[in-house]
Amino acid sequence: MRHLLPALIGLAILVLCSPAQAFDQATATALSVGDSDTRIDALNKVIAAGDAAALPFLEKLIGDGVKTSGDKVFVVDGDKAVDPVTGQAAELPSDADDVVNSNRMRNEIGGAIAALKLSSPDRAVRLEAAQSLQSGDADESKLPLVKAAEGKEKDPQIRDMLGQVEANIELTSSDKSLRLAAVKMLAESSSPNVKEMLSTRLAPDGETDPEVKAAITAAIKAVDARLSRYALVGQIFTGVSLASILLLAALGLAITYGLMGIINMAHGELMMIGAYSTYVVQNLFRAYLPDAFQFYLVAALPVAFLVTAGVGMAIERLVLRHLYGRSLETLLATCGISLFLMQLVRTLFGAQNVGVENPEWMSGSVSLAASLVLPYNRIVIIGFSVAVLGFMWYLLTKTRLGLFVRAVTQNRTMARCVGVPTARIDTMAFGLGSGIAGLAGVALSQIGNVGPDLGQHYIVNCFMVVVLGGVGQLAGTVLASLGLGIVSKFLEGVTGAVIAEIMVLVFVVVFIQRRPQGLFAMTGRSAEA
Amino acid sequence: MIDHRNPPGLFARLYNPTGWALFFASLAVFCVLVPILNQVLPADSLLHMSDYWVALIGKIMCYAILALAMDMVWGYTGILSLGHGIFFALGGYAFGMYLMREIGHDGVYHSDLPDFMVFLDWKAYPWYWKGTGSFLYAMILVLLAPAALALFFGFFAFRSRIKGVYFSIITQALTVALMLLFFRNETGFGGNNGFTDFKRILGHPIATPGTRMVLFVTTALTMLGMLLVLRYVVTSKFGRILMAIRDAESRLMFTGYNPLLYKLAIWTFSAMIAGLAGALYVPQVGIINPGEMAPGNSIEIAIWTAVGGRGTLIGALIGAFIVNGAKSWFTQAFPDYWLYFLGALFVLTTLFLPKGVMGLIDKARTRS
Amino acid sequence: MNRKFLLQSFSALTLAAAAAFATPAMAEDGTIKVGILHSLSGTMAISETVLKDVALMTIDEINAKGGVLGKKLEPVVVDPASDWPLFAEKARQLLSKDKVAVTFGCWTSVSRKSVLPVFKELDGLLFYPVQYEGEELERNVFYTGAAPNQQAIPAVEYLMSKDGGGAKRFVLLGTDYVYPRTTNKILRAFLHSKGITDENIMEEYTPFGHSDYQTIVANIKKFSTGGKTAVVSTINGDSNVPFYKELGNAGLKATDVPVVAFSVGEEELRGVDTKPLVGDLAAWNYFMSLKNPVNEEFKKKWAAYAKAKGLPSAGKPLTNDPMEATYIGINMWKQAVEKAGTTDVDKVIPAVGGQQFAAPDGFTVEMDPKNHHLHKPVFIGEVKADGQFNVVWKSPGPIKAQPWSPYIPGDEGKKDEPDSK
Repeated sequence: MRHLLPALIGLAILVLCSPAQAFDQATATALSVGDSDTRIDALNKVIAAGDAAALPFLEKLIGDGVKTSGDKVFVVDGDKAVDPVTGQAAELPSDADDVVNSNRMRNEIGGAIAALKLSSPDRAVRLEAAQSLQSGDADESKLPLVKAAEGKEKDPQIRDMLGQVEANIELTSSDKSLRLAAVKMLAESSSPNVKEMLSTRLAPDGETDPEVKAAITAAIKAVDARLSRYALVGQIFTGVSLASILLLAALGLAITYGLMGIINMAHGELMMIGAYSTYVVQNLFRAYLPDAFQFYLVAALPVAFLVTAGVGMAIERLVLRHLYGRSLETLLATCGISLFLMQLVRTLFGAQNVGVENPEWMSGSVSLAASLVLPYNRIVIIGFSVAVLGFMWYLLTKTRLGLFVRAVTQNRTMARCVGVPTARIDTMAFGLGSGIAGLAGVALSQIGNVGPDLGQHYIVNCFMVVVLGGVGQLAGTVLASLGLGIVSKFLEGVTGAVIAEIMVLVFVVVFIQRRPQGLFAMTGRSAEA
Repeated sequence: MIDHRNPPGLFARLYNPTGWALFFASLAVFCVLVPILNQVLPADSLLHMSDYWVALIGKIMCYAILALAMDMVWGYTGILSLGHGIFFALGGYAFGMYLMREIGHDGVYHSDLPDFMVFLDWKAYPWYWKGTGSFLYAMILVLLAPAALALFFGFFAFRSRIKGVYFSIITQALTVALMLLFFRNETGFGGNNGFTDFKRILGHPIATPGTRMVLFVTTALTMLGMLLVLRYVVTSKFGRILMAIRDAESRLMFTGYNPLLYKLAIWTFSAMIAGLAGALYVPQVGIINPGEMAPGNSIEIAIWTAVGGRGTLIGALIGAFIVNGAKSWFTQAFPDYWLYFLGALFVLTTLFLPKGVMGLIDKARTRS
Repeated sequence: MNRKFLLQSFSALTLAAAAAFATPAMAEDGTIKVGILHSLSGTMAISETVLKDVALMTIDEINAKGGVLGKKLEPVVVDPASDWPLFAEKARQLLSKDKVAVTFGCWTSVSRKSVLPVFKELDGLLFYPVQYEGEELERNVFYTGAAPNQQAIPAVEYLMSKDGGGAKRFVLLGTDYVYPRTTNKILRAFLHSKGITDENIMEEYTPFGHSDYQTIVANIKKFSTGGKTAVVSTINGDSNVPFYKELGNAGLKATDVPVVAFSVGEEELRGVDTKPLVGDLAAWNYFMSLKNPVNEEFKKKWAAYAKAKGLPSAGKPLTNDPMEATYIGINMWKQAVEKAGTTDVDKVIPAVGGQQFAAPDGFTVEMDPKNHHLHKPVFIGEVKADGQFNVVWKSPGPIKAQPWSPYIPGDEGKKDEPDSK
């Protein structure tokens, strides 16, 4: 009796708020406490009731924002705790424990959230919910909700999606016409899940009706054709994406080695410095401009460029200047510089890798089809490499600096005779090449580790690209990186990563022996070439 | 220098009497004094030389032989190889195959096959392991495997007239490719772990002070012998052609020589010496793995030679001793500063000591 | 010419002589020397540096309590620089020159294999603190990390359970070296025994330092359409970040395809953007997030030590499994020395077996009386956004190690103890 009155009052309030209310303390407890099976039972009850009021709680639950103490459940927000039903502040007992969700639990809760969200007034929310149901395992427990939502849905895209979700579930229906309709519906899909689901229906213990069987076979064929088309596009995309990274890494070298003839073994370390600059900028943003954090990467670009260009110019002035004309010595000296820079970074930032976060707009992916998902960071990097290429092309062909650089490359003595300050041009050009390495470092920080030996992984490949493309040829560098990127990705599909890498290296060695001047030969005559 | 109209005898051509005296003195130190200090003197004697030092110097002597090989191609012929680690490792692997078979049934699985093959479920030796149980064949392989690779690679590279930096870069690519290949477990050389846990050599247990001393003396003899052989080569007409290739290859071609043959010959010979150094190295350090082929290691070889002084042979030996001695000391005394030191050494040597330590010694001599 | 050679030979001679006359460092009276053999530079420095620090901390702690047998411990730290032959050289230096009573060190299998012959020859004693592939049992080594049955098999059992997602298909993904190869071999045999056929197992290896996982993730995705799939990752430290980033960006969520890793711990996640990893699993014998009094104290001690010594990690002190294993190892050695009453290796070895220690993992772990491995509890944790782990499963108690896996043919009938000397 003692509990009845408040409960009744609570119920009355809830009923007033929204008509189909059932979410209460008991449900919250059942959802949070106990083993996975009982919690899932509770969850299914919530779905069956179509209780949208449970949504905020479920979202907290999946986001690890729920604590329990005995049978009491608390929603935690920062350091405050509130009652999950009433929303009133509550005192968090000291022995409160996090609710631990296994992946199975997470899956179930996610599905429940999606199903409940189907009735949201917001189209974007419904679309997302439908997508998540389509990709996850929608099971029978959600069928009524999905059906109800489809009936109400006005948006054709979402309705189609829901239709597919239904078809997924109805594929095992006992009604033949329903099954046939489901198969027809699924033939439009381009998801490998669907193909798998259809194939399992063909197993002896699956479909028995010959007509439905024939429909399934046809549907599989249709899905397959679509899948292999997408697979090819996906493979080309990964190849281009690898190529864009190779290109970025090699562009700076195309200037320092290709145009100036300096064997810069510290090129990789310049990229590493670019990546560490990004890290520092990120931390500064986090500390001083947390609101603009999403844009730290934009600010990192000029910083990385200037820092690495500065380091590069210092190297040129202090060391390389004295070694022009002795290319083998340059090689050894820059090796030393690379060791030095690596250890310097270790001393400054520690031997461990540092974390560089992807900004929100670079995480995630655009899904062109269920089997063709293109990550944003890769797309951005491809665009970025094209932009850097354009920037370099502009600098070299349209500016005075570019003119001088080319003049010095082609005929140093003559250039000096007509008044080009060759020494300064050397420094500037080396700074430019280094700065571009820094830009590459910013890009690399978004896809991999940022650590002291970041550069070591790229240096051999960089030289391969430049040498393969033909020394001193931008177009060659572009072609070589595209070629290497796509070839190695296709090889990797066939032979695995290790063999693919070996084969590409051997291919480059053989190619250079056949064509020492690279893809594009530098024009000129010299017995020593 | 050498008077060509009146060629001196062989002895006089290699080194002068004082030189020879010092050569034999070094010979005596390495082959008589060290064994006595290590084996005969009691362990608590002040003059006793511990096993640690024997192992360390033995290892450095292998590096010194490797540096000699490098000096022949870089110092004398002007070909900078960034892939000599491959030949060193190939020699080491060839001899390692023999040592692995000497383990016999004493491995973890007590099988006919080495443990790593049992582990990969292999039932028999792959073809390239054939015959490696014989010491003699293994020694031939130690020389032939690096030579074959060098000949093949060199022929195509030199024929296409790839030289200078280009050549250095493709040797580096080759190193990386081979390193990746050897890292694979399926390649049949033990993958990342390589060969280790050797038990015997020619039937003698490998981990006894006696065996180690024999290996030490063998290495010393090889090093000093190699010094003489190479000294003979560089003072011959062949050696002068090599230097001509280094200094003015085009001019040499115009005078009717075909540099291809000379380059190929010295390149292959150098690879064989590197292989021999690898074979001596493996039983002394007790492990060979693909890490030896890491591009950084090959670059380090060039640095030993540069530090000691290129084109002097003896400089290569001194460079190997200085750099590796410093490495052993630094990694114990100031672990954090070792790479600073090595990096600075690279830069300072190329900037200020183009002729290395030998150049310094020469300068000191002319001044006095 | 003449004097040139004189000088040259002289320098060579001096070097040789300097080497010959150097005398071994004499141990100070009243101390016991303890070797620490972890890479402080090179590629492995990233993982091994903290083990050196935690070892020094433990030694300080023991010394503060009066040392061992009334003598203070004197650590000898050397840097094998991630160079495997250098490991052997440094081990020899520790044993024959510094005459250390015991050595704590090594991380990679190849470094352990490289020093093994030296420890056997000079009859030294090594405590190895890292999870490894098993298939080894040496008299001179005590293994305080996990054998495969203390990490890999429970993790896979969990993935197959209902709570773990009920996986039916497995991707065994690793870096191409011995530990992943062996682990995957054992797992494949184990999966066979559970009725999972070869067509439901995909095994892939990548080279060291591999950073482009686009193709592999695409393959996993394709593979995962054939049924509930889980990935067992033995990817080596450095490659993990690109792998997880690719996984996250390709839209493979932990709820769809969970990844369980054996080489990703708190230290590896330091400074990593953990967003794409949340929900993925790791199996270890210790997590920093474990709640028990011993662990609280261990964490507190470590934080204080890191701060006092100004370690770069002092801002965010983390503990992890190999650190705990190092801590256990040193303490067990101390107890064994006290039991034996001497640091003599031949007497200490039998005394280590059967030692018990209340470890930070919340259990009293015991060194097996015979097989030189610890009995350890197993935990499976999910990555949280802050880089810590949420324990989702733990073994009921410590599990005995099986260095010779019953799933590897040829291991049957292997003795569960090392051959005597």
